This record gives sequence, structure tokens and C-alpha cells, in this order.
Amino acid sequence: MPVLTHLEAIRQGIWEEMERDPSVFLIGEDIGVYGGAFKVTQGMLEKFGADRVIDTPISESAIVGAAVGAALMGMRPVVEMQFMDFIACGFDQIVNMAAKIHYRWGPAVPIVIRGPSGAGVHGGPYHSQSNEMWFVHTPGLKVVVPATAYDAKGLIKASIRDNNPVIFYEHKFLYRRIKDEIPADDYVVPIGKARVARSGTDISVITYGAMVWTALEAAEELEKEGVSLEVIDLRSLLPYDEEAVLESVRKCSKVILLHEDTRIGGFAGELAAVIAEKAFEDLDGPIVRVTSPDTPVPFSPPLEEYFLPNAKKVAEAARRLAAY
Amino acid sequence: MASKLTRSQHHDLYYYLRLNRRVDEQLTNLYRQGKVVGGVYSSLGQEAISVGTAYALGPDDFLGGMIRNVGAMLVRGFPPRDVFMQYMARRDGPTGGRDANTHFGDIKRGVLSPISMLGELVPLLAGVGLAAKIRKEKRVGLTYVGDGATSTTPFHEGLNFAAVLKLPLIVIAENNGWAYSTPVEHQMANTNIVDRAQAYGIAGVAVDGNNVLEVYEATRQARQRAYKGEGPTLIEARTMRMKGHAEHDDARYVPKEVIEKWRARDPIATYETFLTAKKLMTAEEKSAIEARLDKVIREDVEFAEASPLPAPEEAARPVWA
Repeated sequence: MPVLTHLEAIRQGIWEEMERDPSVFLIGEDIGVYGGAFKVTQGMLEKFGADRVIDTPISESAIVGAAVGAALMGMRPVVEMQFMDFIACGFDQIVNMAAKIHYRWGPAVPIVIRGPSGAGVHGGPYHSQSNEMWFVHTPGLKVVVPATAYDAKGLIKASIRDNNPVIFYEHKFLYRRIKDEIPADDYVVPIGKARVARSGTDISVITYGAMVWTALEAAEELEKEGVSLEVIDLRSLLPYDEEAVLESVRKCSKVILLHEDTRIGGFAGELAAVIAEKAFEDLDGPIVRVTSPDTPVPFSPPLEEYFLPNAKKVAEAARRLAAY
Repeated sequence: MASKLTRSQHHDLYYYLRLNRRVDEQLTNLYRQGKVVGGVYSSLGQEAISVGTAYALGPDDFLGGMIRNVGAMLVRGFPPRDVFMQYMARRDGPTGGRDANTHFGDIKRGVLSPISMLGELVPLLAGVGLAAKIRKEKRVGLTYVGDGATSTTPFHEGLNFAAVLKLPLIVIAENNGWAYSTPVEHQMANTNIVDRAQAYGIAGVAVDGNNVLEVYEATRQARQRAYKGEGPTLIEARTMRMKGHAEHDDARYVPKEVIEKWRARDPIATYETFLTAKKLMTAEEKSAIEARLDKVIREDVEFAEASPLPAPEEAARPVWA
């Protein structure tokens, strides 16, 4: 099986959907001639033509709005945000328009809004955010956050085939660092199904996106100390796999909730509430969060390193929790 | 070239203008009877814009209106009962009580629902045009903004986007002088909205928004340009908001003499005078139209009032398609 990077896997997934379904088209800034700021759409203009790979003015509101309009006409637009930080400029079209159309008056809105998010590459406050919770708190949307290259391809394909607005977070730190063997067959990874990234018995680490790799690194470390971490990769946050979360918590009786996003109002808060409501009696220790602090993402490398969760911080939290 | 409307097309226009007015009057009645949930947003005095624009479209075209574009939705085939049930939050309304007033649409009728945030339909209708362009279909998207909405991001981004991509889009700027209590000169330094067309590099036309034939003709020509691949048109339709923002607002901030001046230019009365003078409508024909209106309004109010409120648990219907 060919080995593809995270980024190549996403490209292949989009490519295959473009070949499979003529109603799929791409729209965004610098995605055609230039192939996208990170080259996710490289080669697509040449292959699929300017009608289906559309370079636009710098107008996130118009791009998303036009995608919604085209989707109502039966198309399946895939919107690229050059950086997911810029999604704020198209916010109203996502949360007030796209998210609410089906509930309010019926039609489906099959659009995907995808792009690079996350920190770790010294991008500063406006090229590093993990802003997924803006959309997790909006009924009507779906929010997908893959960690592996295999999942990235399978989930982008599932997102393009989905009949709802899907916000698809690609972690730029993973783009060229993570690789997988990608099967040649036309597979999809269903949205809403978590994955056990590592099986363990002592502490469940529930996480998503790039932090899955951080959790796995911490698990290696803790194994040497005789503490067995289980790592759950949520893959999507809206909907999310509540059953998988509870199952892992019941099995390990201790849980660390890990995300790169900031703390207050992060997904860990929601998970903590659900675990407290539904698995309270299974817990043998406090629910522990490992997250970024509540600040913007700072630019300078030592500041950013201080800001981000890492394997060391997860391992420290795990040691404290293991003592209960 | 100006098109010549047939006698029966004139009667259609007159019918929809009057239907728009009658629906508006009925909504005010229902409001005063305490049957409307929330506010009533009148289109009094602006009917020629909704009706003239919508009537110039074909069955494959799409439009998306604002709160005062009830007339456009009636022309696209929604019965008055749908409007009444929307305002009364009833079960059998197009949104089943999940949204209010003109916030409804139907893909089969070529109508997209507005949202409360102004200008947001400009990108959507540009997207309708984009889909048509990709699939090489003949279709235009038409939408409306008020003078207030021309200050918003989606108005600017949407028009510029459509201009650059040469999309079949028509934007009707209904300049009715007021955005809630804010007069147009507090909304923009240059109150000639149509001037912006030049800035975007697109066709721009200013029309008398109280003259249904002028509105119709400008829209028809804009549609022809769009079909020929010549891109969007911005039409500024100058008119006056004859009531407050909504029924609760007595609009005391609007000078009385301005209202009086515009009342003399009522779009329906002036059209009726024109039709009579040109012998395009007899007194008998007019009475027949009015009888038709009486019937549809009576039946549809009855139907709407008979419709129950939605079952509470309908609130929990799925948000995903």
C-alpha cells in the first residue's frame, strides 16, 4: 500500500470525490493556480478545470455564502479556509445561515469548510488557533478533527458525502509529519465514531486531532513506569461518540481530557459533564483536564511551547492521577 | 428595448400588487386582534418593487427576499395562507412554527429564505448563479437589500465576488429612506446607492421604486444581461417606508410631510390610474380582480386561523438532514 502524508491523504480524498461526483467543486483563496497555501489542492485546477476549482477574492463571507447558495442548488462545495483562523470572517454565513437552514425550512446544505488549524509552527495568534468549539456549540453543523492520515482521507470523503455543513479541521502540524499506508479502495470513515488509538487499563486519555499523538507519546513514557494509558481519538466532536468515551472511562476508572484548545468552554468541559452525569460511580479519581491556558496563541517559540500541552504535561497529569 | 406587456400581464401585475396590499392589511388586522406572534413588518408603499422584480423572473430563476418582500413570495406562488400562518406561528405554515414571518422558502418555487442578518442573501444568490454557471444552466439569482443593508459585509463581498466571477445576479437595493430609525444619510455619505455599481464594475440602474413598470423593465433587462453572461446588475429602487419599522413603531422620527408626499405617489393608485387612462383595465375587470382577492383572503385567513399551534415536541426535530 502506498504511504501518504496527512496532507496527501486529504488531497487524495478530495480528488477521488471530485472524480466520483461532478457536483463536488472547490472554492477558496489561492487554491487554483497556486494550489493552496499548503498545497492541499495542488494539481486540481489542471485536472478538473477552472469551473470546479475556483479562485476567489478575499471574501470569506461571500465564499461561504456562495457555497451555501450552490449547495441549495444541488452542488457539493468544498470551501478552503486558507487558515481556520479566518473562518471568523465568514462566521455569520456558517452559524446563522448554513447551520439553521435545514431545521428552519427544510433543505439540506451539503458543504464542507476545511482548512489548516492548530499551533506548533510559530504561526502566532492568527495562524494557530483551535477554534472548533465556536462550531461545536452550533446545532446543525458537524465538526470533524482527524488525527491520522488514514482517517483524514476517510473522513474528508465522508464529509463531502454528508448532507450537512461540515467544518473539517486539518492540523497543520500533522500535514507533513504524519504518514500512513493508504489502501487503494474507496473507503470512508464514518463521522461520529471514535477510535481506540491505544488500548490500556489504568487511565483513559480522551483527545482528538494532533493531541492524539501527544497522548500516545505520553503513553509510551508512562508504560516504562508501569502505568497503562488508553488513548481515545474522538475523530469528530459534533457528533461525538459518547458510548466510546463512557466505555473507556468505565474500563479505566480514571480519565484525562486533553485538547490543544484553550480551557474554559473547551470540549473537555462537555466531556467532564457527561462523564460526571453518566459514569460518576465508575470514577476512582478526579476528572483531569490538560489544555492550553486561556490566552491567545503566542508567537515566539518559548511562549508557544509554554502555551501548548505536550507529552510531558500529560505524563505529569497521569502520574498525579495514578496516585489516587 | 422596452418590452410590451400584454393586457393580461398588466392584470397579473395589478392583481399581485393588490394581493400584496391586502395581505399587508390583513396582517395588521390579525396583529391588532392579538393573533400575530411578534411583529408585523409592512410592505405598504413598496409593493411595486417586490411584484415588479419577481414578475420579471422566469420559473427557473431564484429569489430571496427581505422582511418586506411578501409580494415577491406571492408572485412565486406561495398562497397568502402561508404568510398568515408564518406570522401566527401555526403548525401548517411553511416552517411549522420554527421560524417567523417571511423567513421561509421553497426550492421548488425558486425561493430562498432570508435570515435576520441583513445582506446575507447576496452571497447566497451569487451562489445560485455560481451553480448555474458551473452547470451551464440558464438561471439568474435575484435578491433585495435595504439602504441599511448596503453597509454590511455580505453586501460588499457578495457583489464584488459576483462581479469578479461575472455571475448572473441581480441585487435590488430598496432605498426606502430609513433603516429602523436611521435615515439614509446616516447610513452612507453618498446616498446614491446606484453609484456603487460603477465601483464594482457592474451595470447599475436607478428606478422609481413606486413605478411597477419601471421596476419590471429594469429587472427584465438585468436578467437578459445576466443570461448573456454579462454579470450582475445593481438596481436602486427609490421608494419610501410608509409605516414604522414594524407595527409597534409609530415612526414619529419621520417628518409628516415626507409621508404625505409619498402617499400621493402610492404605487398601486398610480398604476391603476395608468391602466384606466390607457384603457388597459375596465371597471368590471377591476371589480372581478377585487372579488378574486376577497375570496382568497377570506379563505386563507380562515384556513390559517384553523391551523393549530405546533405540537411542543416538534421543537426537537432533527437539525441534520
